[in-house]
Amino acid sequence: MADKDIRIERRDTPAETSLTLGEELTVHQVTRVRARFASLAADGPLVVDLGALRRLDTAGAWALSELRRRIEAAGGSVRLENAAPDVEMLLDAVAAATPQPEPKPAAPRGLAVRLETIGRAVTRGALFGVGLTGYLGLFLVRLGQVLRHPGRFRLTALVAHCEDVGFRAVPIVAVMAFLIGVVLAFQGAAQLRQFGAEVFVVDLIAISILRELGILLTAIIVAGRTASSFTAAIGSMKMREEIDAMRTLGLDPAAVLFVPRILALILMLPILGLIANLAGLFGGALMSWIELGISPSMFRTRLIEGTDVSHVFVGLVKAPVFAVIIGVVGCHAGMRVQSNAESLGRMTSSAVVTAIFAVILADALFSVFFAEVGL
Amino acid sequence: MSRPDAPEAVIRVRGLRTQFGDHVVHEGLDLDVRRGEVLGIVGGSGTGKSVLLRSIVGLQRPAAGSIEVFGVDVLSGDAAARARLDERWGVLFQDGALFSSLTVRENVEVPLRAVEGLAPEIRRQLADLKIALVGLPYTAGDKYPSELSGGMRKRAGLARALALDPDIVFLDEPTAGLDPIGAADFDQLILKLRQALGLTVFLVTHDLDTLHAICDRIAVLAERKVLVTGGLRDMLAVDHPWVQDYFHGPRARAAFEAPGADAATEKG
Repeated sequence: MADKDIRIERRDTPAETSLTLGEELTVHQVTRVRARFASLAADGPLVVDLGALRRLDTAGAWALSELRRRIEAAGGSVRLENAAPDVEMLLDAVAAATPQPEPKPAAPRGLAVRLETIGRAVTRGALFGVGLTGYLGLFLVRLGQVLRHPGRFRLTALVAHCEDVGFRAVPIVAVMAFLIGVVLAFQGAAQLRQFGAEVFVVDLIAISILRELGILLTAIIVAGRTASSFTAAIGSMKMREEIDAMRTLGLDPAAVLFVPRILALILMLPILGLIANLAGLFGGALMSWIELGISPSMFRTRLIEGTDVSHVFVGLVKAPVFAVIIGVVGCHAGMRVQSNAESLGRMTSSAVVTAIFAVILADALFSVFFAEVGL
Repeated sequence: MSRPDAPEAVIRVRGLRTQFGDHVVHEGLDLDVRRGEVLGIVGGSGTGKSVLLRSIVGLQRPAAGSIEVFGVDVLSGDAAARARLDERWGVLFQDGALFSSLTVRENVEVPLRAVEGLAPEIRRQLADLKIALVGLPYTAGDKYPSELSGGMRKRAGLARALALDPDIVFLDEPTAGLDPIGAADFDQLILKLRQALGLTVFLVTHDLDTLHAICDRIAVLAERKVLVTGGLRDMLAVDHPWVQDYFHGPRARAAFEAPGADAATEKG
């Protein structure tokens, strides 16, 4: 845009500088007008003629009042001429309202600040861990109370959550495990064929899926699916003060919201893990048949002979632990949501990341433990 | 800024019909809003006061009728015309409807970002000016909406609505949920800004004190249309059960007879 819509005429006489403004001085012109104003010298009297001005908004009035303030601060004077009454009123209102910015205290720099930042991050992390274990304890206490007073337990809620976290996750878990089985058979075949040891692909598939991959990948998918939905559901209830309402009605959020959710996960995750195991073995068997010519009956024989049932046990015993981790992380993150929409999003993604990380960490600890025990 | 002497209708609603499924909210509703006035819309719950506001600003599509703002047909679907209209009106929603992930200053800057060639530094200072104009302290600009009280959120919402110096502001129950002192302050703020900025104000309210203190005209929504428009005195003479109950009820009497209420009107 050219300067055609701003028209500032300047006439200098020995006595004073006079300025005639154009028809419009609004937010659309203010950037350029202010640049022109800034070039005016601050000494000597200045006369601004507003006679032609038809439209002035607060942005324009702000520019004028800033000009006046600057020049008067430097010892000059500003006189506004031919201002319409409403223009005058706006100028007064803006001049009266113009805020005095308070200078921000300079941010301290140096080693101490860095150390403090690191220290705060460490404390935050530690407090987060403490908070998580606190929620674990809260869940266990409430679970104990439910076991002592089964009449108070909300069975309907448990069934509904079971359907949501268990039944509805079956397709995705089954497809995922099937594909993992296919990939293992395919990759294993390529390697084992070099040694003529194709038949060991059955052991490879069975042990890796039953022991590790079936339940671990199921837990990761469930962490993504369920931890986020726990956080979003509880977090939006927190945002709308529903949690506070519950407390005033004598309902304990931990008993009403956490116990059915986490219990549903504990019941469903082993079942999902079992489904994943079956689907994985099926995918592996199918690919072994196609790729290596290992018939399904041979696969079954080899599976029963070569793979100890303890692998299934080692895999599935991890499921309830993963379930508790996912559930507690999801509920904890939900309760940390503040009253704005952004924190809901941040907490939801943080719940998924924390849950997946904690599940993998627990899996690693399990591996070390079983290796020590000799299972 | 120029305000012609003859009252000219800036909003013209004709034959408006709004319905949700089988439920008809408005039927043959006519309404004029004149330049420079404060028009108060009153009506019982469910008479579609907020729906009328939403229809005028184009958030709600009516089943029939025409709505013109500054002679532009709001319902024409012309995107360019709508964009120009959006610059000329501001809306204050009930709880401010501030963007919760932005600070108050950033909220006020949002409409200013649409202005071509506005330097960021000036944009920031203009936002600060708007925040000061609605009576918020300078430090409020750095706060997030969740850190403000209800009254401050409304003021911040008003600052955002006024960011582009609109000709019309729509206020949806601006004093609902405020304590009486905060509500009276907000009334005075609206009067002050109306005077300083030459605003036309379309005000949906339940608050009898607000009606008394700042409204030039009142439009009563009942029986699916604008039953009557006029000044407060005219309302008292209307022979309709709801209007009678509303303007002659004990609360109304208290609001209109309070000595302070008249003083407030004269001051404004």
